[in-house]
Amino acid sequence: MEIDKIIATLHSYERKVLPTLKETNKFEEIAAKTGLQKVEVMRALQWLQNKKLVRINKQLKEQIVLDENGIKYLKKGLPEKKFLEQIKGKSALDDIERNSGLSKQELSISLGILKSKGAIDITKENGIVVRITDLGKELLKKGFPEEAFIKKSFPLDSSDLKDLDKLAFENLRRRNQIIKANISKIIDASPTEIGQKIIEYGIQDERVIDRLTPEIIKSGLWKSTKLRSYDVKINVPNIYGGRLHFVTQAIQYIKRIWLDMGFREMQGNLVQTSFWDLDALFVPQDHPARDMQDTFYIKDPKYGKLPKELIRKVKAAHENGFATGSKGWQYKWSEEMAKENLLRTHNTILSAQTIANLKKSDLPAKFFSVGKVFRNETLSWKSLFEFIQVEGIVVDPNANFKHLKGYLKEFFAKMGFPDVRIRPGHFPYTEPSAEVDVWHPIKKQWVELGGSGIFRPEMVKPLLGFECPVLAWGLGMERTIIDYYNIMDIRDIYNNDLKRLREIKVWMK
Amino acid sequence: MPTITLNRKVFDSLVGKKLPLEKLKDRISMLGTDLEEVNDKEIIVEVFPNRPDMLSVQGFARAFSSFIGEKTGLKHCKVEPSKEKMIVDKSVAEVRPYTACAIVKNLHFDDEKIKEVIDIQEKLHITYGRNRKKVAIGIYPFEKIKTPIKFIAQDPKDIVFQPLESHKKMNASEILEKHPAGKAYGHLLHGKKKFPVFRDSNDEVLSVPPIINSHKTGKINEKTKEIFVECSGFDFNVLQKCLNIIVTALYEMNGIVYSMELHYGNKKYITPDLRPEEMKVDISYINKLLGLELKENEIKKLFEQMGYGYKNKKALIPSYRADILHQSDLAEDIAISYGYENFHSIIPHVATIAEENKFEVFKRKISELLVGLRFIEASTYHLTNKEIQCKKMNADAPLIELANSISSDYNVLRSWVMPSLMEILSGNKHHEYPQRIFAIGTIFKKNDNTETNIEENDRLAAAIASENTDYTEIKQILDYLFRSLNLKYEITETEHNSFIEGRVARVAVNGKKVAYIGELNPNVVTNWSLEVPVAAFELNLTELFDLIDRK
Repeated sequence: MEIDKIIATLHSYERKVLPTLKETNKFEEIAAKTGLQKVEVMRALQWLQNKKLVRINKQLKEQIVLDENGIKYLKKGLPEKKFLEQIKGKSALDDIERNSGLSKQELSISLGILKSKGAIDITKENGIVVRITDLGKELLKKGFPEEAFIKKSFPLDSSDLKDLDKLAFENLRRRNQIIKANISKIIDASPTEIGQKIIEYGIQDERVIDRLTPEIIKSGLWKSTKLRSYDVKINVPNIYGGRLHFVTQAIQYIKRIWLDMGFREMQGNLVQTSFWDLDALFVPQDHPARDMQDTFYIKDPKYGKLPKELIRKVKAAHENGFATGSKGWQYKWSEEMAKENLLRTHNTILSAQTIANLKKSDLPAKFFSVGKVFRNETLSWKSLFEFIQVEGIVVDPNANFKHLKGYLKEFFAKMGFPDVRIRPGHFPYTEPSAEVDVWHPIKKQWVELGGSGIFRPEMVKPLLGFECPVLAWGLGMERTIIDYYNIMDIRDIYNNDLKRLREIKVWMK
Repeated sequence: MPTITLNRKVFDSLVGKKLPLEKLKDRISMLGTDLEEVNDKEIIVEVFPNRPDMLSVQGFARAFSSFIGEKTGLKHCKVEPSKEKMIVDKSVAEVRPYTACAIVKNLHFDDEKIKEVIDIQEKLHITYGRNRKKVAIGIYPFEKIKTPIKFIAQDPKDIVFQPLESHKKMNASEILEKHPAGKAYGHLLHGKKKFPVFRDSNDEVLSVPPIINSHKTGKINEKTKEIFVECSGFDFNVLQKCLNIIVTALYEMNGIVYSMELHYGNKKYITPDLRPEEMKVDISYINKLLGLELKENEIKKLFEQMGYGYKNKKALIPSYRADILHQSDLAEDIAISYGYENFHSIIPHVATIAEENKFEVFKRKISELLVGLRFIEASTYHLTNKEIQCKKMNADAPLIELANSISSDYNVLRSWVMPSLMEILSGNKHHEYPQRIFAIGTIFKKNDNTETNIEENDRLAAAIASENTDYTEIKQILDYLFRSLNLKYEITETEHNSFIEGRVARVAVNGKKVAYIGELNPNVVTNWSLEVPVAAFELNLTELFDLIDRK
């Protein structure tokens, strides 16, 4: 029963190869007997071995074959033999040359060989004269062992050679392109115990279908013919599909969370004026955040333009609080500084621009954005100069601090961090301000993931035109991503290693 | 943000109570500082820039003690009147117009105390003082000074004294050139014909602010019992706040604070003024913002826990607080006092309509189509360099440079995306081919008609690197995209040095040029040390979306 089942899985190549093992173990002979191509035999043997029906035995062997000159001499005879045949007792070299048709090179080789075999004597009379010795005559009569060697059937296994053959081989090997010895793999295959049983049991020579083709389906052949069983456990080669970058996958998930909570997406430019990035956010012009070392400024065009209708109000907010009851920062605000172009340092800029375009009738309103922000840092295993920030605002006359905590808690719970804490923090544009920590279940500690707060009236009123609580947060992303993917070096997020991109697990949230 | 290291023993004794470690850590965080480390000897914390008054062990312990309910309420710092005078000459108006001063007596310095005083001075310099630009602080042994003191601007050649950390006398110009402090802060006096200088009535130089004190009259040691403190700068209010922060800390070292009379021409001021500032408290505003229903007595208690006083519906703000501009600042302190951890989380039932940005949706659809064609998305940087954008691409694109990038590998904004893809292919030579990759990203070019004078476009670049890729294969991709978008396009022959001549084309929709497509020039391929053909296109998605949106 077992045997029948195994036989059913055999491919037609295997069906041909396995029985021949009764007669031979040699790869070449299997090929000859089955009439299969060598690759086909090899494949069949491999499959049979996988099924534990055959043991393949690979050995390295030195195989001798005839080379270019060897093939030539096989037809024409060896030059030294021709040479020797030309000597009539004693002959001048010139005559031998003329009569034998040997080249100068062959002549000199022949001279050397015959001399070393003691078949000739060489003397100098008027030119070189060669005399055949008794040994030489004997040699002619018995035949050259080298000639006998090249008449053998090749390839020959060097380890099989004995005595005279061995000597002839060594002699010929030293000569120019008569024979060559290749190191090659010799493949033997012998049946295992089960293999042997199957051979004895006999493989019915019924036709099996390997590959189902349209022809077989159309012709109905499949009804009368057996479809071979496959090895369903077989290892198959890897393939790769198209993929979104894993950061994009994470971003899409994050966007989904905010969309599910009724937030609208904000979008904006990466290059912005300091006005929008800082001044509109009530960041005083001498604030350390404006320092060269933190922010990328643009060389040319160094300056942008300011929104005319807002300049006066923002200036007033900085200088005296702009009718918000605030004292403001009490310094002279510079329009020139506000015009400087930079790469946005946070997406709060998008919130500011959004607020500036809202009307009272639009409220309550909720917005989010997930996008790149920039910081002038050197790339290292723990720092990037551009990274993703998740920004969100809730513009609602009834919004309060508890709601801020509510939205953040909901978001992080969906991100896989059910424990969120906020603690006092400081940002020039929020009051109250709060740092956002999540409890890391593996590291067993609080991890800071962003900042949040309620926008200051000095920021909101100049932009929106009236006072209204605006809940706001800006959260880092990369930390969550490297955590999810077990990435140690933060640069690996953006190094686009194709192996990683092809094989990394899908964002499963 | 500045990090300060507090002596644990001093801290505990000032707080008046020793908390268990976990509790201490938790309370420090919830007071509003970033805790770095706590051990038996030290507490290391980062203080937020809005609280310069917490930059000393005295200030930090003061805020903490009141926060945990130990020593709550407004602390009254007494200022003894004195007739000591500071004469501010009108010549300083041009260089450093203001100073605020005080005298503190009854001090008992040891090494630890001297270190504390120097620490406060340094931390305030860096933060609130904006590296001495906004405020420079001078502390002097009063015993060595004869009043009245003059604040005057003089020719630097005429200001000759032995500065701290120097063995010989120099004039102020030489100090700027040779002295370490002169080199570090000299730029703050750059281009000034006259330098500000404090001199006592013996005409002895005390200091040249904001650079350095005199060795003779400007160095405190264990023998010093009385000190003269001055803050100089450009905004009198800011200087007063800074002075208040320092003298309050000295007061808590058991110092007795004496005022000084400042004579600005015929105007006279007396500093320090340590009386609390009053601000009317709008309880309903605070309750609404925080979502609480606090009663007046609760508000009062919460204020006292933050070191305020509360009287007649007014908050009495300690004179060292520099960050209270508005009711919202009071609200934050009430929130901290109430405890951020004690606020419930609420999501209000407010219906708002969600909406994904249309262009973002468009880009997502495009990505999905490419993924369906077995392309892998790459995520690339916007910052790059000229070598990558131009030289290696055989191209000459105008690039927008950054003014101050600290890395020469990333000092320009990219003008096209394809070089980013070539860089990726180059870095992945050892991985299996064919490689099919794409990236969507922003590119930058000058345009005077925009707010920033820079135009940003989002581009899609797609590339196939493989033994047998060619123009046909990449055009099939582009063609499929356009068919999927139901757009017709025209192709015209063009020239582009990055591509093979005769195998590059310009793609237009409705006459608007939106893409380049072709086989990369072997020159470019080898510049990136690649050994397989690369076919690619770059498509302007911003323009394309405009065309579709208008339809």
